[in-house]
Amino acid sequence: MEILFYIAAAVTVLATLRVITHVHAVHALLYLVVALIALALIFYLLGAQFAAALEIIIYGGAIMVLFIFVVMLLGPLAVEQERTWLKPGAWVGPGILALVLLGEVGYLIAIGDHLPITVSETRQKGVSIALYGPYIIGVELASMLLLPGLIGAYHLGRRVSKESR
Amino acid sequence: MNIWIYARNLTLGLWIVFKRTFTKPVTVQYPEERPYLPPRWRGRIVLTRDPDGEERCVACYLCAAACPVDCIALQAADDPTAQDRRYPEFFRINFSRCIYCGMCEEACPTNAIQLTPDFEQSEYARRNLVYEKEDLLISGTGKYPDYNFYRVAGVKTRDKDKGQAENELPPVDVRSLMP
Amino acid sequence: MIDWSHTALTIGVILGGALTLAGLLIWVERRLLGIWQERYGPNRLGPGGCLQSLADMIKIFTKEDWIPPFADKAVFVITPAIVVITALMSFAVVPIAPSFVVSDLNMGVLFFLAMSSLAAYSVIIGGWASNSKFAFLGSLRAIAQLLSYEVFMGLSLMGAVLLAGSFNLSDIVDAQQQVWFVVPQFLGFLGFFMAGLAEAHRTPFDMPEAEAELVAGYHSEYSGMKFGMFFVGEYLSVILLSAMTVILFFGGWHGPWLPPVVWFVLKMSAFIVLIILIRATWPRFRFDQLLSFGWKVVMPLALINLLVTGGVVLWKAG
Ligand code: SF4
Ligand code: SF4
Repeated sequence: MEILFYIAAAVTVLATLRVITHVHAVHALLYLVVALIALALIFYLLGAQFAAALEIIIYGGAIMVLFIFVVMLLGPLAVEQERTWLKPGAWVGPGILALVLLGEVGYLIAIGDHLPITVSETRQKGVSIALYGPYIIGVELASMLLLPGLIGAYHLGRRVSKESR
Repeated sequence: MNIWIYARNLTLGLWIVFKRTFTKPVTVQYPEERPYLPPRWRGRIVLTRDPDGEERCVACYLCAAACPVDCIALQAADDPTAQDRRYPEFFRINFSRCIYCGMCEEACPTNAIQLTPDFEQSEYARRNLVYEKEDLLISGTGKYPDYNFYRVAGVKTRDKDKGQAENELPPVDVRSLMP
Repeated sequence: MIDWSHTALTIGVILGGALTLAGLLIWVERRLLGIWQERYGPNRLGPGGCLQSLADMIKIFTKEDWIPPFADKAVFVITPAIVVITALMSFAVVPIAPSFVVSDLNMGVLFFLAMSSLAAYSVIIGGWASNSKFAFLGSLRAIAQLLSYEVFMGLSLMGAVLLAGSFNLSDIVDAQQQVWFVVPQFLGFLGFFMAGLAEAHRTPFDMPEAEAELVAGYHSEYSGMKFGMFFVGEYLSVILLSAMTVILFFGGWHGPWLPPVVWFVLKMSAFIVLIILIRATWPRFRFDQLLSFGWKVVMPLALINLLVTGGVVLWKAG
């Protein structure tokens, strides 16, 4: 089973790399979808089946579709423009930051104070109880945030015609 | 409420269509079963002969002029053996353009050109749809078995003189004063 | 320990069965449509014309496989595979009879939803990669339609999940021994079935490929076997929708006298025929009607249904 984990992890990392380096926006997004699916597989292997399914349904199936929708609507994609933006110099800042993170991870591995990967028993029930128990305020805040979004979308999308005014 | 009417109508529609499972199809299984084609069906065009076995067509070009898609081409010629009879030297119908409207048949003064109840004219090569005179000419009289143009027309031919046609009075001598 | 030979056999049977059925459906649908329109449909090849799909297959395989020069090649080529793969993957969790299932996943329902949401990509990306107006319009419609109806699909089948108390499809079937879920969950069934029709883009929700307006919608530019994959994928999703409806609301394999597999296949066939009957009868929605129908009718109904079901389940639990 461990080999599956490493394969999925490698796919995730490679796909994410391509997301960053690809000049074509839609292709980059498709790589992101692949990365999300691989991530879902990792979740599944770690025993978080519910999170895995939600990862695909919500991120892979809904949010990325909307991203692709918007990018598709942008018209002729400025590949050349993207190329000029992706100059080698642009890598320096993020590269340094990523190196810092890598150093931290390397240090953690080096001191050997890591726990073995445990298969948690968190199921949908546990997630739900956590969400509606200790984190109820967070859920309520999120739903409050969504409600104005809904109303705003309705307001923007409503049909303005002579009759309805 | 409207929604109930919608729901009822949609379900009713399903039921009505489903009942069709038990009705007999109206399809005619064509190559085995042949549909009945009435005699006036406008299909493949033929050139007919009169009861004497001679070509009816007098190459008057009326059909070519009447044809809305200009698919008839012919060339008139005089027949040296038959005095005063004209005939088409060639007669060509391009069936890839013909719309089977029957205008040619209506225009023809001699009932020579006729449309027949035959529609199976498919070809693999489009050029084969151009029918020449030998493809068009049949040996029968078609829809009008007794009609013979020269018998009723007041022209002189090799076997009859003026005034000898059916229902025709002898010619009047316009130079005489006698009634 | 997994019994490999049993798993392999099940995979083989379900895979072969689903693909054969999908192929056969090409003929069945045309034949049934013909019968309901008072004609015969394809009846020449083989007894009753049942070899028609084979002839179609041969034709489609020997056709020129044309990739438009203006298309996005790589994406254009992988798209048809996504349709078939996601549809076939969903069959992995479909329990046909007790222990006659490839993978008795604990979250079978969620897996099914995940696969159907991934299937949306084929339509969307296929239309985009074709780089032609009609295909693109088709995929724009598909995005709005599939995204909306995915939500309703999930919401309306949650009632059945609540009643059974499990995401496992076999458990859901077992919970229906006494009474089929279609009785307490009639609203849920209606919502699920309609959302499923929209997900499979079948009439009356086939706007993404509306022949009358959009040539062939998102697969306008596809030809040969790539088009064939879209075609087979559509029939696979019809089969899947019927199977899921039977499992979630019509008691799965439960039924008197006959063996479970027979019952399952019978119920599933009834739904397939119903879907074809709907195609033969109902006209297509207008697109704005489709969306307002979804958000203003199906969505509130599904929510109310969920609320009431949840209340009843809690009340019974005491
Ligand atoms: S049937 Fe009509 S179109 Fe055909 S040759 Fe006669 S006049 Fe022309
Ligand atoms: S077929 Fe009739 S109309 Fe045509 S040229 Fe001959 S006589 Fe005239």
